[in-house]
Amino acid sequence: MGNNNGNTVLSSPLLEGFGEASNSLPHGKGRGETGYKATQNACKLCSPLGASVAYKGFEGCVPLIHGSQGCATYIRRYLISHYKEPIDIASSNFTEDSTIFGGDRNFKIAAQNIINQYKPKIIGISTTCLSETIGDDVTLFLHELKSEDFDGKTEFVVASTPSYQGTHIDGFHEAVAAVVRKFAKKGNPGNHINLFPGFISTEDIRLLKEITAGFGIEAAILPDYSESLDNPVWDTYKRIPEGGTTIAEVEKSGSALASIEFGTVLNLGKLSGRVKNLNLTKTGAQYLEKEMDVPLVRLPMPIGITQTDRFFEELQKLTGKKTPEKYAKQRGRLIDAYVDAHKYVFGKKAVVYGEEDFVVGMCAFLDEIGIEIALVASGGESGMLEEELLKYCPENGDKIEVREGFDFESIKEWCETNKPDIMIGHSKGYYIARELKIPMVRVGFPIHDRIGGQRIKHLGYEGTQELFDKITNTIIEYKQDSSPVGYKYM
Amino acid sequence: MNEFLKERETQIVTKGENSADIACEKNSLAGSVSQRACVFCGSRVVLYPIADALHVIHGPVGCASYTWDIRGALSSGPQLHRLSFTTDLKERDVVFGGEKKLYHALCELIDKHQPKAAFVFSTCIIGVIGDDVEAICRQVTREKGIDVIPVMSEGFNGTKKDGYKIACGALSKLVGTDDTYRPSKYSINILGDFNLAGELWILAGYYKKLGVELVSCMTGDGRVAEIRRAHKATLNVVQCSGSMVHLAKDMKEKYGIPFMKVSYFGIEDMSDALYEVARFFKDEEMMQNARELVRDEISTLLPALQPYRQKLEGKKAAIYVGGAFKAISLVKALRLLGMKTVVVGSQTGNADDYKLLKELCDDGTIIVDDSNPNELSEFVKLTGANLFIGGVKERPIAHKLGLGFCDHNHERKEALAGYVGMMNFAKEVVASVTSPVWKFVAPPNLP
Repeated sequence: MGNNNGNTVLSSPLLEGFGEASNSLPHGKGRGETGYKATQNACKLCSPLGASVAYKGFEGCVPLIHGSQGCATYIRRYLISHYKEPIDIASSNFTEDSTIFGGDRNFKIAAQNIINQYKPKIIGISTTCLSETIGDDVTLFLHELKSEDFDGKTEFVVASTPSYQGTHIDGFHEAVAAVVRKFAKKGNPGNHINLFPGFISTEDIRLLKEITAGFGIEAAILPDYSESLDNPVWDTYKRIPEGGTTIAEVEKSGSALASIEFGTVLNLGKLSGRVKNLNLTKTGAQYLEKEMDVPLVRLPMPIGITQTDRFFEELQKLTGKKTPEKYAKQRGRLIDAYVDAHKYVFGKKAVVYGEEDFVVGMCAFLDEIGIEIALVASGGESGMLEEELLKYCPENGDKIEVREGFDFESIKEWCETNKPDIMIGHSKGYYIARELKIPMVRVGFPIHDRIGGQRIKHLGYEGTQELFDKITNTIIEYKQDSSPVGYKYM
Repeated sequence: MNEFLKERETQIVTKGENSADIACEKNSLAGSVSQRACVFCGSRVVLYPIADALHVIHGPVGCASYTWDIRGALSSGPQLHRLSFTTDLKERDVVFGGEKKLYHALCELIDKHQPKAAFVFSTCIIGVIGDDVEAICRQVTREKGIDVIPVMSEGFNGTKKDGYKIACGALSKLVGTDDTYRPSKYSINILGDFNLAGELWILAGYYKKLGVELVSCMTGDGRVAEIRRAHKATLNVVQCSGSMVHLAKDMKEKYGIPFMKVSYFGIEDMSDALYEVARFFKDEEMMQNARELVRDEISTLLPALQPYRQKLEGKKAAIYVGGAFKAISLVKALRLLGMKTVVVGSQTGNADDYKLLKELCDDGTIIVDDSNPNELSEFVKLTGANLFIGGVKERPIAHKLGLGFCDHNHERKEALAGYVGMMNFAKEVVASVTSPVWKFVAPPNLP
């Protein structure tokens, strides 16, 4: 089981904490006598979703989920509700027969039909709980494909993403790593860099491209779905939307000057009680470092002054150039805004939830403006979250209650007792905000109840400015609305 | 129509050009990017609106996350159905079995939420790892004193339609378990309305005016106690026949309750639904009530629709929805607004549905079963449609191509059933089709 791309191996020494039902269960939730708890309103998604998003960031790639039809359709529906874009994800459409006799036949039909319909450059395959449990070996299927009569123009990439392992973020990084492993070529270091941004908004990707362009450095964003998941209106239907990092760019990633990787949790933690084969690299950037000697710079997501400064410093070092005037001014205005509004946010108690790297980045920013982060919750269970938060939240990091493997009902119970001033996270927390009348700021993924979720800016001085204004104004608005008289000046 | 998949050709016909019957009720073609979901989805959507039951999804986290608060199915009381419960299986559970976890999850959730019954949905890998879900359900039923009903809805085990059937099987276990109820002389169950945007309440109001008692609705604004006594009703009125006809047949066999198929979309079908029920009960007063109701409603509705019709006259619509019965009503409703249907299709229609559609539509209309984004976008272009009616996955196709869109999916927030629904429908269509924003978008390429 689970051995399609060779980076996950199931054998007993790798299973940790056996017999005590330890890590398969959420930390932090009361475990009761038995140690078994139901998940109520999960704060995470399954790994093929993340892999499908990542695949959309490579040019000409059609994601294929090797499993039942529902996996692809549900994930499409979930993504479409956020991105408001056509998002085609194919399925190998398992039947009872494929479950009993193996999914190879359906896999081949699916591959052939995708090629006929889409003429893709890449088919990006994610496995599922079903295909991994029955022991389908997609890599083997691919070997068989080649000997048969295929056009040979389509490349195949496989990521092992059973939904019983990790969350959508693990799937995201697995897919990026799979693409890099497949195409990267070693070579003499050039003047270009790789940027592994993690799961960020399409607007964030555009901001990053603008920043690197400002430094005059060629940067491959891995993955870049800023166009493919955020298209302009079309006059004719595009079976595969334009945009995405090209295979040629991925090839060149092996000869880059350096890789910058955002995120410090990534997929490096435990996968829900199972440790991956430690002999293999996990992220794409790590692979390039180990196999192709591309230096790796790992930073938290650049949200807030401190972490954005670090990103710009790295760019300065790599390019030998000064930060462009434009960004120096953005930084200055941001600090000016911090000063103007510091009192409104000081000491406010925030609940922050979502993906681990995202909440670490968000908290680093909140901590530097004097917000007291009361609870950080994630559905992820890397085992690393608390340590990372302490590293990047020097002001009040030690006061944060950190909960891995948390669900929304647990967040709600926590909020009922602790009455936070603000909730910061994606739209699924809205029902708690509504019921408990807590002001809320929508950030991250998914945003299913508003327009423009994909265009929310979070990164850099510019993204931070928007977040800062939004958070401050949400707090001000709440106070204004709750005031018996209302007022016209702050 | 080039570049479509050969294997799918029999599932596409153009009225007036192809005489052959459309092929349908097939498994989706791998790699075709079908708009359908799976067996689990079929079961989940049907049982979802039962508001005082616990819905527990046994499997890894995805299936529960993607179906959390997914339908616009309103409840007048409990909101338990809007929470998402799962055993959230991890690798260890897949290796050693998830039975214990399921047992404890059920006990914990039943103690916490005090539901009137529980449904346990099996997802794909449960069928593979061999958890004895039925045994656990029996055990918890014994211990907790509420019905815990297994829904064996492994995703790979057929199509969404098979999931409907499995859900009907689960409902049928509840129906008939309360024999004490005595309904009034004229009583019905509504089957296949899910109270999206409060539609059931509109219908219940109409039936009340007729003098008909509503014993239960399956499953809109559903309650376990009402489902238990549903067999006491005299008649089953079935909408969304694709999902609920299995239950209607089952109840006919077990309890001798006849059923009729109706639709509540559009003036014609809505009025027919009321007349049919009155006719069934052979009560002149009821028929008189129905006539009055229809007359009252129509006399205000038709003039109100007139300005909308003027704006929409001659516009063309494409329809792609889950059930074909709904598509049939939509064709008629659009006609009332002066619009012509140029593309119509469904995920789960059967041969009879498509035959009806073919009779109803004009020559040149493309009829399609189990379609996909590539085909739909092509059809829209070929026919020059101005409006697309569909669900979440169809919306961006329409918007990207610059045509109006009307959400007729189970997430909708506007009631579209009944007379007031027809008015809402007209408003929504006008709001989309006549919006000034389209002038910035290049029109779809006409043939």
